Amino acid sequence: MSEITSLTLYELIKNIKEKKISSNEAAKSFVDRAEKSKKINAYVTENFENCLKLSKEFDDKPNFDLKLPGIPIAVKDLFCTNEVRTTAGSNILNNFVPTYESTVTQNIWNEGGILLGKLNCDEFAMGSSNETSFFGNVQNPIAEDLVPGGSSGGSSAALAANLTPVTIGTDTGGSIRQPASFTGTVGLKPTYGSCSRYGIVAFASSLDQAGPMSKDVKDSSILLEVISSFDKKDSTSIDFKRNNYSSELTRNIKGLKIGIPKEYRVDGMPDEIEKLWKKGIEYAKDCGAEIIDISLPHTSYALPTYYIVAPAEASSNLARYDGVKYGLRSSGKNLIDMYEKTRSEGFGEEVKRRVMIGTYVLSSGYYDAYYLKAQKVRQLIKQDFDQAYNKVDAILTPSTPSSAFKIGEKSNDPVSMYLNDIFTVPVNLAGLPGISIPAGVDKNNYPLGLQIIGKPFDEQTILNIAYSMEEKINYKNNITDWWMK
Amino acid sequence: MDEIMSKNNSEYLIERNDNVYEVVIGLEVHAQVTSNSKLFSSSSTKFGAEPNTQVSLVDAAFPGMLPVINEFCVKQAIKTGIGLRAKINNKSVFDRKNYFYADLPQGYQISQYKYPIVGEGNVILDMPEGQKQVGIERLHLEQDAGKSIHDIDPSNTLVDLNRSGVALMEIVSKPDLRSPDEVNAYIKKLRSIMRYLGTCDGNMQEGSLRADVNVSVRIKGSKDLGTRCEIKNVNSIKFMQMAIIYEANRQVDLIEEGQEIDQETRLFDTKKNETRSMRSKEDAHDYRYFPDPDLLPLEVTDEFIDKLKSEIPELPDDKKKRFIDEFKVSPYDATILVSDIDTAKYFEEVVAKMGKNRDMKLAVNWITGELFAVLNEKNIEITQSPISAKNLAKLINLIKNGTISGKIAKTIFELMLDGDIDPQIIVEEKGLKQESDPKALEALIDKIINDNREKAIEYKQGKEKLFGFFVGQAMKASGGKANPQLINEILKKKL
Repeated sequence: MSEITSLTLYELIKNIKEKKISSNEAAKSFVDRAEKSKKINAYVTENFENCLKLSKEFDDKPNFDLKLPGIPIAVKDLFCTNEVRTTAGSNILNNFVPTYESTVTQNIWNEGGILLGKLNCDEFAMGSSNETSFFGNVQNPIAEDLVPGGSSGGSSAALAANLTPVTIGTDTGGSIRQPASFTGTVGLKPTYGSCSRYGIVAFASSLDQAGPMSKDVKDSSILLEVISSFDKKDSTSIDFKRNNYSSELTRNIKGLKIGIPKEYRVDGMPDEIEKLWKKGIEYAKDCGAEIIDISLPHTSYALPTYYIVAPAEASSNLARYDGVKYGLRSSGKNLIDMYEKTRSEGFGEEVKRRVMIGTYVLSSGYYDAYYLKAQKVRQLIKQDFDQAYNKVDAILTPSTPSSAFKIGEKSNDPVSMYLNDIFTVPVNLAGLPGISIPAGVDKNNYPLGLQIIGKPFDEQTILNIAYSMEEKINYKNNITDWWMK
Repeated sequence: MDEIMSKNNSEYLIERNDNVYEVVIGLEVHAQVTSNSKLFSSSSTKFGAEPNTQVSLVDAAFPGMLPVINEFCVKQAIKTGIGLRAKINNKSVFDRKNYFYADLPQGYQISQYKYPIVGEGNVILDMPEGQKQVGIERLHLEQDAGKSIHDIDPSNTLVDLNRSGVALMEIVSKPDLRSPDEVNAYIKKLRSIMRYLGTCDGNMQEGSLRADVNVSVRIKGSKDLGTRCEIKNVNSIKFMQMAIIYEANRQVDLIEEGQEIDQETRLFDTKKNETRSMRSKEDAHDYRYFPDPDLLPLEVTDEFIDKLKSEIPELPDDKKKRFIDEFKVSPYDATILVSDIDTAKYFEEVVAKMGKNRDMKLAVNWITGELFAVLNEKNIEITQSPISAKNLAKLINLIKNGTISGKIAKTIFELMLDGDIDPQIIVEEKGLKQESDPKALEALIDKIINDNREKAIEYKQGKEKLFGFFVGQAMKASGGKANPQLINEILKKKL
């Protein structure tokens, strides 16, 4: 049965359609493996029984026309799932059970996917190591006591540990691409407005975007095709013509121009990242792409801009968790006392830090100097990309400035933690699509990723480039199942 | 208030020692948009439903829920802007106004702060001494909050979210108002315009119209504005006027005592008839406004605005002008007739039903006199009038063509109230037709003169007052049915 869990999504679908594997067999395999993988701590909430039941129902009345026929899938615990607890990794939503379904997950169930369970993540998606989760650290399957990245750390770990064939994460500043990079998997953040935000617990509304995480590029294209849809329930959702990403997937990228931004060569970047990037450039050339040096002059302002915009929006988005309507309520002497106790007990340190930063930068007297200025810089960052795209079709950068670090290594140094997002954040600020693919390992054999950034709504091109490079790179994770021993 | 002096009907001045102060008032009116559903959700807005039965996941701010603008509410706001002769902005932005309260589920109110949908406009007030123009600063759209109920449970506050998310238009006036009377006229005019447009029902009892009142005082003739206080959430014109009078006098007293006025937010206590400090400027909330990232800027094209302009009905000012020009109604009567759209409609229907030989003066008098008295007495709206416009027009025509006298008409009017009876039928059934046969009336008058010879002689000798006595006798003898004009003529001839 272990082969089932190591299949790619594409292979699993093929086997199910050819009736070589039943949905229930697949579900059982993933559930069995999850039972042996508790040490990873990937799950916040298991939906195993229901998944087994639904997979049986699928097998009784199979519909092989669906894009995800009877495929068990675990999702990040930031997506609201009807009748299944949704915590966003926070104590304040510890017992919150939605009566509604996010559009993105609904799209998956509509195509035959079955919910395996809800995956651990940083609290309200605020973190780069999954260490801010109320539900504990997640182990990176690559090596013991290594962080799986964040905030979609449970998702990347579950994927790398073969606990789910594919998964979905959310990416506000790198929360899909960085954990993908840390776990040797593929993660795609679509263009802002591609995937509906309806039913996703909000972190920073103007940056949040859901996206696929998978073992290979083809699987991401299959999943993106399912989850990307125009949704009237999200006013920022965009009604554009979406490709049939999986059937249009091609390795023919001959003549495509790929930009190399000099500003991503940051101070103190480890040699191995530099080497990886160079290697990536060679792979891209091998695939027939033309390499062009470009400049994104405002890159160095991206991180400070992000750490103003995102906390500002978060401070407001998280105001609804006040103990009045749902979630945790601590008792207090009066309303204000109740608010203070509820939010003190309900939120963790990192969330509090960001709520305070956000409140500060929006305060009267500081708004112009911080928030307004950050919005202006954000425009400049976007313009950098617009200008670059006059010359190139996509941009190639490292995904992260380092490989995965040890649990606890950076948890007392928020700034060093924030630096993890240095290559991913500009993409969110500009609303662009970006994909991280595994491209090599560092001296410890920890995976390293390369990021391909695309034009708005041009997910197809970056998928094609990734698909093509993936073949040349031929990266394979070496997972030893150490946590089972 | 014995120190108030009034130079004309609507001026409000306060005299202390040798100083004469005027009051400067600006209003922020919160008008509930007439709409079946809320500003950002599809929940019903119907008034009076059981608590928390009209609440969607969006209204209760569940995780991951997103606002989606209700296009109808946008149209209503634009229409109102057109009615206020205001600039409609092609681009406006919804901001978040952040503060914590139990009846504010999101922890912020979505409101337009920097870029409102409607810019500057104006409203014309008809004051006894003439027209007055009041500037409109802006109109913006925002969500209403829920309702906190403190007096049901002794130890808990209960929250009703039915109102949470209902669309409000905040209409901000310039500080152009100078008296409680002008405030009365302003609110009534705003309400009238919005009722014509169907954009707000203006029902103050149900909270569809409330206002924050900004009050300051200054020496009359001064150009500088004094420090203002904002009296929050006053929900009737009467209370607004009482609050202004209290607050203006309080401020004058402070100035006269040599004290400073603190810029602050105050509450009006309707039971004690006084305003009380709620919070000072130093304690003012920092609302941390910023553009709501869940909503894109609201953009409306000129075509969209033009289409709405073409749907705007005739508004009170235009209607008044037409009533004066076309129907030769006096400006005073016209103001009364157009102030309420349903009154205007009723009047126009009466005019139409009267036909060619119409008598406008009679129509106006009967509507604003007898009919209004009945409506007042029964405390009903003109739309519920017990007498239809058609039958009132018939009654007026019966007077006009001499079938009945005005006096008999009043009797018939009373009878018509019981089921909107056709006055023609009453005239026939009760035999109330006016006696206009000169021969019959001559005989009747001959008899009266005969019976009152002495008085007739006195009259001839110059006691002209006695003419009335003979008219009275003749009317009495005819059972009130005699045509008064004919009686006059015959009496003059015979005496």
